[in-house]
Amino acid sequence: MKGDHLLLLYFTLLVPFLFALLVPLLYRYMPRIHTGWFVLVVPTGIFIYMINLIPIIAKGEKLVNSVPWIPTLGINYSTYVDGLTLLFGLLISGIGALVVLYSIYYMSKQREALHNFYVYLLIFMGAMLGIAFSDNIFILYMFWELTSIASFLLIAYWYQRKQSRYGAQKSLIITVIGGLALLAGLILLSIMTNTFSIREMIEADQMIVKHQLFLPSMLLILLGAFTKSAQFPFHIWLPDAMEAPTPISAYLHSATMVKAGIYLVARFTPVFSGTIEWFWLVTGTGMITLLWGSFSAVKQNDLKAMLAFSTISQLGLIMCLLGIGSASLYASTAILAALFHLINHSTFKGCLFMVVGIVDHETGTRDIRRLGGLMNIMPITFTLMIIGSFSMAGLPPFNGFLSKELFFTGVLEAARLNIFHLETWGILLPILAWIASIFTFIYSMILVLKTFTGKYKPNKYEKKVHEAPLGMLISPIFLASLVILFFFFPNIISNNLLQPAMKAILPGLLEGGGFENNIKIWHGWTTEVFMTLGVAVVGMLLYISFPKWSGIYEYLPEKISFNYIYDRGLVGMEKLAAKITKTYMTGIVRDYLLYIFIFFVVVVGGSMVLLNNFTFNPSGNGPVSAYEVVLILVIIGAAVLVMLTKSRLTAVIGVGVIGFVVAMFFVIFRAPDLALTQLVVETVTVALFLLCFYHLPELGRETGGVGLRAANLIVSLGVGVLVTLLALTAQSNPLVDPISTFFENSYQLAGARNIVNAILVDFRGFDTMLEILVLSIAGLGVYSLIKLPLARRDNK
Amino acid sequence: METLMALLIGVLFTVGVFLLLSKNFLKIILGTSILAHGTHLLIITMGGLKKGMPPIVRGENVSYTDPLPQALILTAIVINFAVTAFFLVLAYRSYQELGTDNIDKLRGIADE
Repeated sequence: MKGDHLLLLYFTLLVPFLFALLVPLLYRYMPRIHTGWFVLVVPTGIFIYMINLIPIIAKGEKLVNSVPWIPTLGINYSTYVDGLTLLFGLLISGIGALVVLYSIYYMSKQREALHNFYVYLLIFMGAMLGIAFSDNIFILYMFWELTSIASFLLIAYWYQRKQSRYGAQKSLIITVIGGLALLAGLILLSIMTNTFSIREMIEADQMIVKHQLFLPSMLLILLGAFTKSAQFPFHIWLPDAMEAPTPISAYLHSATMVKAGIYLVARFTPVFSGTIEWFWLVTGTGMITLLWGSFSAVKQNDLKAMLAFSTISQLGLIMCLLGIGSASLYASTAILAALFHLINHSTFKGCLFMVVGIVDHETGTRDIRRLGGLMNIMPITFTLMIIGSFSMAGLPPFNGFLSKELFFTGVLEAARLNIFHLETWGILLPILAWIASIFTFIYSMILVLKTFTGKYKPNKYEKKVHEAPLGMLISPIFLASLVILFFFFPNIISNNLLQPAMKAILPGLLEGGGFENNIKIWHGWTTEVFMTLGVAVVGMLLYISFPKWSGIYEYLPEKISFNYIYDRGLVGMEKLAAKITKTYMTGIVRDYLLYIFIFFVVVVGGSMVLLNNFTFNPSGNGPVSAYEVVLILVIIGAAVLVMLTKSRLTAVIGVGVIGFVVAMFFVIFRAPDLALTQLVVETVTVALFLLCFYHLPELGRETGGVGLRAANLIVSLGVGVLVTLLALTAQSNPLVDPISTFFENSYQLAGARNIVNAILVDFRGFDTMLEILVLSIAGLGVYSLIKLPLARRDNK
Repeated sequence: METLMALLIGVLFTVGVFLLLSKNFLKIILGTSILAHGTHLLIITMGGLKKGMPPIVRGENVSYTDPLPQALILTAIVINFAVTAFFLVLAYRSYQELGTDNIDKLRGIADE
């Protein structure tokens, strides 16, 4: 039984990828049927399979297995299914199925490139399932990046639009920076625990907390989670991601991808929980995101932008609850609230996005300043909007009410704790949560009332407005019924899904006596109820007086917005990089030569100075005679002449003099073959020089001034002095004896009396062969340079 | 002798590098030539100078100058010659095509 399940599990996780390969073929060869119908099979099948796993997981069983991928590095494709995994698996496949169904009616078969759409969507779905089911950190990271890439492709689905490309690029940059931080954090964790398995890391949590890498790895992993889940201040990519088609916004940017960060935080809570840093980072970031998101949502004019900020704020709420829940032994309600709200948010936010998509689809606009009075024309859509929005605002009889009550319970519990400085700062949590809820209430009301109430003005719309087709309504109706169902029967999911998931997040708690996971609709007249009443009353008053105080949004200068910083930062970095490159990449060869020589002098000379290893020991030197000194003086004179002269002929002759004197040195140093070769080569070279430069103009003056020449002189002097010092040092420290006594057997071994020639053609004949090759190539090169003047610039 | 040669090599390198840093094709190629001379002399100096007879076998009990550096230099001379010849023709051709012998004026095409 169990073995079958594991095999099936692997297959299930691979299905989206395999099916993605099939999609273009179906699109191409079955053009009559909307491709989405074929795709719909995949998430539906996975969802049904996951449902079958619920009883197994609820019993406390865990499915663990691994398939080797790179076994030599210890990287295995290992999966691990517990309550948390299954909860996400159900969300991904369930919402996925509804979104695909919705997209069949939303995406036009004639106008859209459906094969691209569904391939990206399936890749995303597979990657998201992969994140939830992976146990190996590298597999987790691989799928993590795959979701970023799939999201990037989906946001830029209408790639002809500039805004789509901008949003896609922004989301990719931000999420990939977070992804890389996550990779670093995971590697640090694996260094601490010496394992790649998340499960084994959780078991080693005591060791991790004491380790010195604890804080860096925690920060890096949180950076990954916060960027993915659009937490403050990395939330800026999410509103721009609204350029994606609405089914994508509903699926990726409300129900699944943005919850990958939530999943990560929940998954690693057992590892990091119980520390003050984790508690305040997660709780604080969540709370700020919640406040800022709900505050910003109110001022939006675009329905999707409003929903984007609302998603940001709800994600902040869940994150905040996870942070509070990390003080697990004291505040287990928070974890329950987080998970419950995770599900509820997916249902009502998915529904809301679909409703907004319908409004957009039927009226041609999403701008609340143009919308209004649609109540009677689109009654079903209106009802769905009410259910979604009221649930989001936390009103009964919808599931948002329950999770909002649990949220208040969580923050109130946290405020009463005496750990992590909560005794002083804790009181802020319920106050801020309450303020944020008021803003949530206001924008939820705007969403319903500004869109559907008021007077209907047909001339404001480009199309003739009518109710959406039934097919498009199925998915939001289904989600809206879940919203109501979960309110009346919360314990169905609580017992079957939330309890195993809580066990996964707080593994130590269950042994300590279990926890309260019964969600009651009515607790009596508790503080939470009064808080909700307060939210509704104050929120309603503020909504009515909104035109009077909406001016406060204009006081916020644009320059402190994070979008401004992001845009400016991007442009600034490009400019800075261009500036830096332009300063040193001058395009002038001489500058590069200067860098090379200066580098040589500084590194070699510097290391000589630092190691203090200049030595001078002339004891082994050969004798000096007067005519040698004269020859040396001649070379020096000729060299200086070449350096100073302005006549090309003098320069060429000067170099010739140097060459011939070098030949004489070869005579003195008893190298007859060298002397012969040098004489011949020098003669030919000088002839060549004369021949060639007959066609070149006079040398002319060196422009650039005295300063430049002085700099050149200093650098060249540096090189010369350094070479002299190196030569003297090397000369004074002969490390090994020469091996040349062997070559003195050349007559016995090679039958040659001339040892140099024997070396050239016998002992080391290979060098000579290649040297001949060099000469041939040079000859051919010269020939082709002169004979093949092909590509003239002006194409004569 | 080796000390004097080391100083001479230093002078040749100085002049060679100085010429390499100039703007004129001719001077640059002359600079490489002078650098090559310096290098050849450096190799032979490092092998030790005037330690014995020229490396041509005459019989027993004779000490020879180290033949290995000589073989290396011989190879280097030929290669240097080949490269210098190629550079010369290249300079000649580029002057013909581009009409300048100033290396600073060779700045590629504007839209590169």
